[in-house]
Amino acid sequence: MSHLPVLIPVTLLFSAFIILLGGFLKRDLAFMIALIGGSLSFVFSALGLWAVISGGGLRYHLGGWVPPVGIEYALDALSAFMSTVVTLVGTLVLLYSRRSILQEVPERFVPMYALAMLLLAGLTGIIVTADLFNLFVFLEIASLSAYALMAVGDERAPVASFRYLILGSIAGSFYVLGVGFLYFSTGSLNMADVAQRLPNLYGSRAIVAAATLIFIALGLKMALFPLHLWLPDAYSYAPSAVTGLIAPIMTKVAAYAVIRMFLTVFQPHYLLDVLPLMPVIGWFAAAGIFYGSIMAIAQTDFRRMLAYSSISQIAYIGLGIGLANPMGLIGALLHILNHAFMKACLFLVAGNIRFRTGQWEVSRLAGLGRKMPWTMAAFTVSALSMIGIPPAAGFFSKWYLLLGSVDAGNWIFVATILLSSLLTAVYFFRVLEQVYMRHSQEETVPVNAADPPASMLFPTVLLGAGVLVLGLSNNLIVSSILDVVVMSLK
Amino acid sequence: MDSLIVDYNYLMTASLLVIGLYGMVGKRNLLKKVIGLNIFQTAIFLFFIQGATKPGATVPVWDVRISGEAAGYINPLPHVLILTAIVVSVATTGVALALLMTIYRRYRTLEEGTLLERMKQSP
Amino acid sequence: MSRVLESYFAMAPLGAVLVSLVAAILIMLSSRSPNLRETWTILAALCKFAVVISMLPAVLSGLHPGITLFDIAPGVALALKADPLGLSFALSASLLWIFTSLYSIGYMRALKEHNQTRYFASFAVCLSATMGIAFAANLLTFLIFYEMLTIATYPLVIHAESAPAVSAGRKYLAFLLSGGVALLLAIGLTQMMAGTLNFAAGGFLSGTIGQAPLLTLFVLFLVGVGTKAALIPLHSWLPAAMIAPTPVSALLHAVAVVKAGVFGFARVTGFVFGPALAADIGATTLTAVAASATILIASLLAMAQDNLKHRLAYSTVAHLSYIILGTALLAPAAWLGGLFYIAAHAAMKITLFFCAGAIYVKTGRENVSELDGIGKQMPLTMAAFAIGALGLAGLPLVGGFISKWFLFQGAVESGQLMLLAALLPSGLLSAAYLFPIVTRAFFKSSNDFNKFDDAPPLMVIPLLSTAALALLLGIYPDGIFHFYSLCFAAVMSVLKGVVF
Repeated sequence: MSHLPVLIPVTLLFSAFIILLGGFLKRDLAFMIALIGGSLSFVFSALGLWAVISGGGLRYHLGGWVPPVGIEYALDALSAFMSTVVTLVGTLVLLYSRRSILQEVPERFVPMYALAMLLLAGLTGIIVTADLFNLFVFLEIASLSAYALMAVGDERAPVASFRYLILGSIAGSFYVLGVGFLYFSTGSLNMADVAQRLPNLYGSRAIVAAATLIFIALGLKMALFPLHLWLPDAYSYAPSAVTGLIAPIMTKVAAYAVIRMFLTVFQPHYLLDVLPLMPVIGWFAAAGIFYGSIMAIAQTDFRRMLAYSSISQIAYIGLGIGLANPMGLIGALLHILNHAFMKACLFLVAGNIRFRTGQWEVSRLAGLGRKMPWTMAAFTVSALSMIGIPPAAGFFSKWYLLLGSVDAGNWIFVATILLSSLLTAVYFFRVLEQVYMRHSQEETVPVNAADPPASMLFPTVLLGAGVLVLGLSNNLIVSSILDVVVMSLK
Repeated sequence: MDSLIVDYNYLMTASLLVIGLYGMVGKRNLLKKVIGLNIFQTAIFLFFIQGATKPGATVPVWDVRISGEAAGYINPLPHVLILTAIVVSVATTGVALALLMTIYRRYRTLEEGTLLERMKQSP
Repeated sequence: MSRVLESYFAMAPLGAVLVSLVAAILIMLSSRSPNLRETWTILAALCKFAVVISMLPAVLSGLHPGITLFDIAPGVALALKADPLGLSFALSASLLWIFTSLYSIGYMRALKEHNQTRYFASFAVCLSATMGIAFAANLLTFLIFYEMLTIATYPLVIHAESAPAVSAGRKYLAFLLSGGVALLLAIGLTQMMAGTLNFAAGGFLSGTIGQAPLLTLFVLFLVGVGTKAALIPLHSWLPAAMIAPTPVSALLHAVAVVKAGVFGFARVTGFVFGPALAADIGATTLTAVAASATILIASLLAMAQDNLKHRLAYSTVAHLSYIILGTALLAPAAWLGGLFYIAAHAAMKITLFFCAGAIYVKTGRENVSELDGIGKQMPLTMAAFAIGALGLAGLPLVGGFISKWFLFQGAVESGQLMLLAALLPSGLLSAAYLFPIVTRAFFKSSNDFNKFDDAPPLMVIPLLSTAALALLLGIYPDGIFHFYSLCFAAVMSVLKGVVF
């Protein structure tokens, strides 16, 4: 049981290597192993979550070395929650990916699964680690896998991936620099230990530099406005399954890292009173919400529209973090969960459309509501959730963010949250109009458009249904898990 | 003026950092950006390694004459961290060069301006 | 035995909501066989009405059957409760849905319309949402079903899928979603100010919060529900939505959606603020002015419309504000008049819309100027129309008179005599834009209409039934369905303890 924290990333690491071996014997083995690895990791995460809810946290010392000398892995309410979300969504998308990759980039089938496993290993590693430098290592593992995954497929993909590489490496380096400042000031790399030693150093300029560098780095990985420039191209040119895998979870894990830095390492008192970074993040987030929505309205390509929409939604999470009160933070955490499900569903829908019709132009989606009913039903639910129509999940994270903003007396944030719902409605209803209303008048929809095969349809519909279930059960999630997380803020 | 002489190591690190950043942002050739990235990362490695030194200390290999005295050995932890970071940097450079090869194969150029033009035309 | 009854009553409001949700699924599954699909609709309408009316004895005797499901936000549960006000709204909506379903079947088949499955399924979901709105026990549950109603009515508005229909749909969404956003803000603020969202007869907000915040909150609520209630200037979606098929205009835009708005207003004034507090903070005067202006302006606009449905739309805008006016005043008579008008106006307006649809199906005509002499061909339809027109003008024997009478009384009682200046002319204006249609239909002759050829039975029977209902409400207001008693009980609960 106490090995659970380390098993979560390690299972995925091993799967990656086994895939490379097995995949060269028989190609489909790669898919099988990936699925098994992902599911195992999810089971471990769920067990960890259950352990956290019923008892306390779980801690694992790598190699038996006791922290702060050794590297520590920890599952507390926050990390168990994130881990479950990431592994669940990741595994569902992996299930989806087989037919999609076979159609778009079949020659790269085996390596892509190995890379996907590495990506998930990196992401889960970021979540469970309690060591600052170890986080960097996993961050780079995930990032490198992402650069490689995003570079296949479309002609323009390598260019987009290169840009992401440059920006992402700057981010990683800034992070290491920040950790360096922290290490040289406190003498430790363990998160809890640093947190203990920090209060004595509040006046130190090195800590200010460290905090700034770390938050800029993580903000870039999170695609928080104005550090979002790599996202639209990267999401638009990557293969469908890759975007489906990366979009819902990668930026969220970076958001998790921000929250972890806020709650555990630097602690709220420092970041609100001594060096008010949180309000700055909040204001940039508010700008990002508008920017993302407005840019999304201007897009004609379905996936690019979803990419800008992601920037806007991530900014909601940033807003919640920036508010730094219990309601706001719960809203941010809930939105991490909700958005992972909603965006995964939306990008899988995009993948289904590509699978059957070979393109993504919004104006050429006419009449698909008839031909692909289940896919479009999932799309409708997710779209309504993104706009914030109850009882879908998106409404409830907005509700918490709204209450948090009112609590903080920040009426501009209130207006931002409400107005952006209307802006979101504009670009989603434009697509809904096309999909449901227009009969295929032009030569747009090929005759063979239909719902995709089961292995692709099942995850799409499951995620769509999940959006509704999450909405109705949001109070359960908040009271059993998220309330624990924000306890230190109250 | 005192700082310039005493803190020359930090100044050097900072200059390398800025040179690397300039290379990544200011240069139009993609390969030069990769080189800039390398310089940038090297600056950070140097920063860490400098932080490990102690006046009058020797390499962190057990010496009977110093035995358990921590102040006699320089701090080995940053060195280890940087080893990891160097590996990451090499891997990143590898991926970057692979990407550049793919880009060159498709677009026959590594100059950013020409590249953007050709991208607009082709798909 | 009583345990069984208890659990039945607890589940009944939930059942009323769920019946048509289940039906919607069944309808979508039966898209291949129209007869089966239509059967589900009728069955669902009958079941829903049966469930709703089964709660009538309990509610009249003072019980409030209901159920609290799980918590859906901290401190707020998804809860349904049938009190007199909610039951009267639910009763009128579910009763009229039976007639509308029959009428829809006739209308859609006569015109051989496309996408009928989507139409009937959306309709079912709309009624489900309406029941949810009626029985919601707190503001958040109310909001959930309120937004659901907006979304579920959208496919019905754009049913024709033509360019005007799509742009009408956009206007519709723009107005209603914005209203929803204002309502969300209002509810969020209420949660922060008062700590609870549960409806309480007589209001739960306390005056200690301060006049300025309370008035701002009231204005936000007014915008939120006023959009659906078509208060000027938030009304322009209603004429635009007339592009929908007539059964949609009849039930949704005369009974469900717009009444959800005024019902919401009654809930806000009666069960969130309380009439006394509303009067204290100056909300009463504000609303009274807005409502009076709406009545006059909309009535005048109605006279200028040649398109029959548009004329009826503006008439709806005007008559809805009667209800708002009634529930804004601090007088039992005004409240009674307003609440009773929810059911009375519904019956009368739906009759008029049914007639408009029948005329369109039979003759393809949409404009008032083309209807001379149509009484010869469609006497039954025009007779029903006449009854509706008489009622809207406020003549005795038809439902509207009682409400007008009580509204006058209430205006005098609460000392707001200027409101009489709005109420008196509006009756005359209603007559002015409706009576000529009837007189020209019967007393002018035209070569186009010679022999008797009224609308198909599936359409004529419903419209005659709703006309009969309007008469019933006028002659014997507490008749079979006890609407009057329900409204009376609601008024008593809201205004208890208020000193005049």
